[in-house]
Amino acid sequence: MSSALIVIIVGSLVGASCALVGSFLVLRKMALLGDAISHAVLLGIVAAFILTKSRAPLPMVLGAGAVGVLTVFLVEVLNRSRRIYEDASIGVVFPALFSIGVILVSRYAGQIDLDIECVLYGEIGLTPYDTLTWGGRDIGPKALWVNGAVLLFDLALILLFYKELKLSSFDRDLAAATGFSPVLLHYMLMIAVSVTIVASFESVGAILVVAMLVVPPATAYLLTNRLSVMLALGVLIGIASSAAGYGIARWYDASIAGCMAAFAGAVFTAALFFSPSHGLLASALARRRIGLRFEEQLLLLHLKEEDEPPGADTSPEVARRFGWRRARWERVVRSLLDSGLARLKGGELRLTPEGRRHLDEAGTALLAHRDA
Amino acid sequence: MGGFTLLRRQSLLGDALAHAALPGVCVAFLITGSKQPLPLLTGALCAGLLGALYVVLVVRGSRIKEDSAIGIVLSVFYAVGIVLLTRIQKLPAGNQSGLDKYLFGQAAALVQEDLEVMAGVGVVLVAAVFLLWKELKLLTFDRAFGQSLGFPMRGLEVVLTCLLVVVVVVGLQTVGVVLMVATLITPAASARQWTDRLGPMILLSAAIGGLSGAAGALLSASFEKLPTGPTIVLVSSSVLFVSLLFAPRRGILWSMWRERVFGARIRRENLLKDLYLLGERRGSWSTHVPFPILLGMRGDRPGRTRRDVRRLIRSGLLERSGDGLRLEPEGLLAAERLVRKHRLWEVYLTRRLDLPTDHVHRDAEAMEHALSDAAVNEFEGRLGFPATDPHGRPIPPRRD
Repeated sequence: MSSALIVIIVGSLVGASCALVGSFLVLRKMALLGDAISHAVLLGIVAAFILTKSRAPLPMVLGAGAVGVLTVFLVEVLNRSRRIYEDASIGVVFPALFSIGVILVSRYAGQIDLDIECVLYGEIGLTPYDTLTWGGRDIGPKALWVNGAVLLFDLALILLFYKELKLSSFDRDLAAATGFSPVLLHYMLMIAVSVTIVASFESVGAILVVAMLVVPPATAYLLTNRLSVMLALGVLIGIASSAAGYGIARWYDASIAGCMAAFAGAVFTAALFFSPSHGLLASALARRRIGLRFEEQLLLLHLKEEDEPPGADTSPEVARRFGWRRARWERVVRSLLDSGLARLKGGELRLTPEGRRHLDEAGTALLAHRDA
Repeated sequence: MGGFTLLRRQSLLGDALAHAALPGVCVAFLITGSKQPLPLLTGALCAGLLGALYVVLVVRGSRIKEDSAIGIVLSVFYAVGIVLLTRIQKLPAGNQSGLDKYLFGQAAALVQEDLEVMAGVGVVLVAAVFLLWKELKLLTFDRAFGQSLGFPMRGLEVVLTCLLVVVVVVGLQTVGVVLMVATLITPAASARQWTDRLGPMILLSAAIGGLSGAAGALLSASFEKLPTGPTIVLVSSSVLFVSLLFAPRRGILWSMWRERVFGARIRRENLLKDLYLLGERRGSWSTHVPFPILLGMRGDRPGRTRRDVRRLIRSGLLERSGDGLRLEPEGLLAAERLVRKHRLWEVYLTRRLDLPTDHVHRDAEAMEHALSDAAVNEFEGRLGFPATDPHGRPIPPRRD
C-alpha cells in the first residue's frame, strides 16, 4: 500500500467514526463536550503512559476513556450543583484536567517520549511508518488497526442501540418514560466519544478530532431531516474531507490534518449558504417569497375594499400608504398581473374573479387558523 | 472581562475566539513579515472578530445550535491557522519561533514590548468598563430593557465582543490557546460564588485572576519543570474549588450545614407534635410516654432521636422521668401551634383548592414547619375560623 493511500484511509476511518458519534453530540447540543474531552484525554494518555511505561494502545485507550468519563462526570456535577452555568462548567473543567496533563508531561519529560505538540496536531503523515508487529510479522500501520477497530466499535454500538439513541437524542423525557435510562445511554455515548477521540488522537491530533466530531455532522444536519441519512452523509463528508484535505496538503505543502479540517470547514460553509432545505440562501428566498405573498394579498385586499382603483404604472398613494418603495410596488403588481389575480383596465388595476376567490380562500384559511 | 462573559453565558465563545485568533496571527505575519506584537495582535483581533461574527451568522441563520457553531469555528479556524503555520515554517525566510508562543503561551519568553502592550490593553479595558459600566450592566442582565431605554445594545455587544477578543488575544501569549478559556472564566466563576452584585464580582474576579497569575508564575519559577500557564490555571481552579465549598450562602458546605440545622429543627418539631397527637388520643397530656413508643411513631434512627430529645429537654420543652417523656407547658404550646398550622393548611387545601381530603396530609406535613404564626392567623380568618380539620379533628385555638 502506498503511504498516501494509508494516510487517506486513516483519515477516512477517523472521519467516519467521528461523524458517527459526533452526530449524536450535535443533536444533543453537546458538541463542546467533545472539545472538552478531546483536550482532557491528554491527562488519561499521560497517566496511562506513566503507569505502564509503554505506548501500548490498550492502556492508553482505557486511560483516555476513564478521563473522558471523568470530564463528563465533573461537568455534570458542577451543572447539577447549580452554582456554575452549564457552558462555564465545561470551560472550567477541561483546562484544569489538561493543565494536570501538561504538568505531568513536563515533569516526566525525560522518561516519556510524548510531546504536546504531537498530541495537539498529531502527525498523520507519519502513520504509515508506525507499524504494528504480530507474532514477529509486520502487519501494517498501527493507526489503521486502531482506528479500524474503533470504527467497528462505534458502528456496532450505534446499530445495537440505534432506536434508543435516536429516541433519547430527540426526546429525552419520552425515552426516560419508555424505560430507557438516559443517563446510562449518555455515559455509553461519552465512552464511545472518548475512545474515538483517543484512537484518532495520536494519528491526527486533537484539533482534527474536534473538527471531525462536529463539522461533518453539522453539515449533514443542514442537508437532511432524517437521522439515518444524517449519519451516512456525515460519514461521507468526513471521508471526502480526508481525501481532499490530503490532496490540498500535498499541493500546498502544509499540515495534512489541518487541511482536512479546513476542507471540512469549507464544505460546511457551502452547506450553510446553499443547502436547499436549511441554507441561508434558501431561507432568504423563502422569506422573500412569503413576503411577496403577503404583499400581494395586502394589495388585493386594498383593490377589493377601495372603490378608487389605483393606476399600475405610477408609484401612487397606495404604495406610500403601505410604505413601499417603487421597486417593491412594481414587483408586487407584476406578480399579481402574471398570476392573473389582477388585471389592467384602462391603466387601472382591477381585481379579477380569480383574485377575488384567492382572497376569499386566504381569508378562510386565516379564520380557520385563528379559530384553531 | 470574564465576569461579563460568564454572566452572558458566553464562556465557550472565549474558547472559540482563542482558537480563531491563530490564523489572524499567521496572515498578519505573512503580510507584514514582522513579529512585532502590534501587527500580530491586529491580525488576531480581526480573525477573532470574524470568528465571533461567523458564530452569530450560523446561530441566527440556520438550525445549527450555538454549541456546534462554536465547535465549528474553533476547530476550523484553528485548522486554517495550523495550515498557515506549517506553510510559514517552510518558507525560506520563515522562522515561526515567534509565532508558536501564541499557541502554547510562553510567559517566560515575554519581552518588555509584550508587557507594554499588555499594560496598555489593561488600562484601556479598565477605562472602557468604568465608562460603560451602566450600559454593560444593562446588556448583561436585561438586554430588552436596555433597548427600550434607547441604549444602542447591538453596538454595545460589538464593543464588548471586541474587548473580549483583545483580552483573549493578549492572554494567549501567556497561557496558550487551550488554557485561555480557563484564565477567562475560572476566576469569574469563583467570584460569582462570593457575591450576588456585579461590581464586587468583577473586582473580585480581577483580583482572583491577578493573584492566581502571580502565584502560578511564582510557583513555576521556584520549581523546576513546572510550566507557567498550566500552573496558573491549576491555582485558579483550586480557588474555584475552595469557593464552591466554602463561600458563604452559596457554598456547598454552607448549604449542607443549613440543611442540617433545618432538618434538626423539623425533627424536633415532629417529636413535639407526635407527643401532642398521642396525648390528644388519650385525652390528656399529663402521663409520661415511654421513649420507644415515641421512637416507633416515625422510625427515625434511635441515636439521633435521643439527641433531639435531649436538646428539647435542655430547652425546657420536654420533661423526662425514667424512660417516659412528657410535654412541659411550654412544649405543649409549641406543639399546639404546629398542629394548628397543619390542620388549618389542610382546611385551606380542601376548601380553596378543592383537593380531596386524603391528599392534603403530606403537604401540610411540610407546610407546618414553614408557615409563620402571622400568616396562619391571617388565613384562619379568611377561612371563617373553622373548628375542625377535614378529617374532623379539632383545630387548636389561637393563644396570644
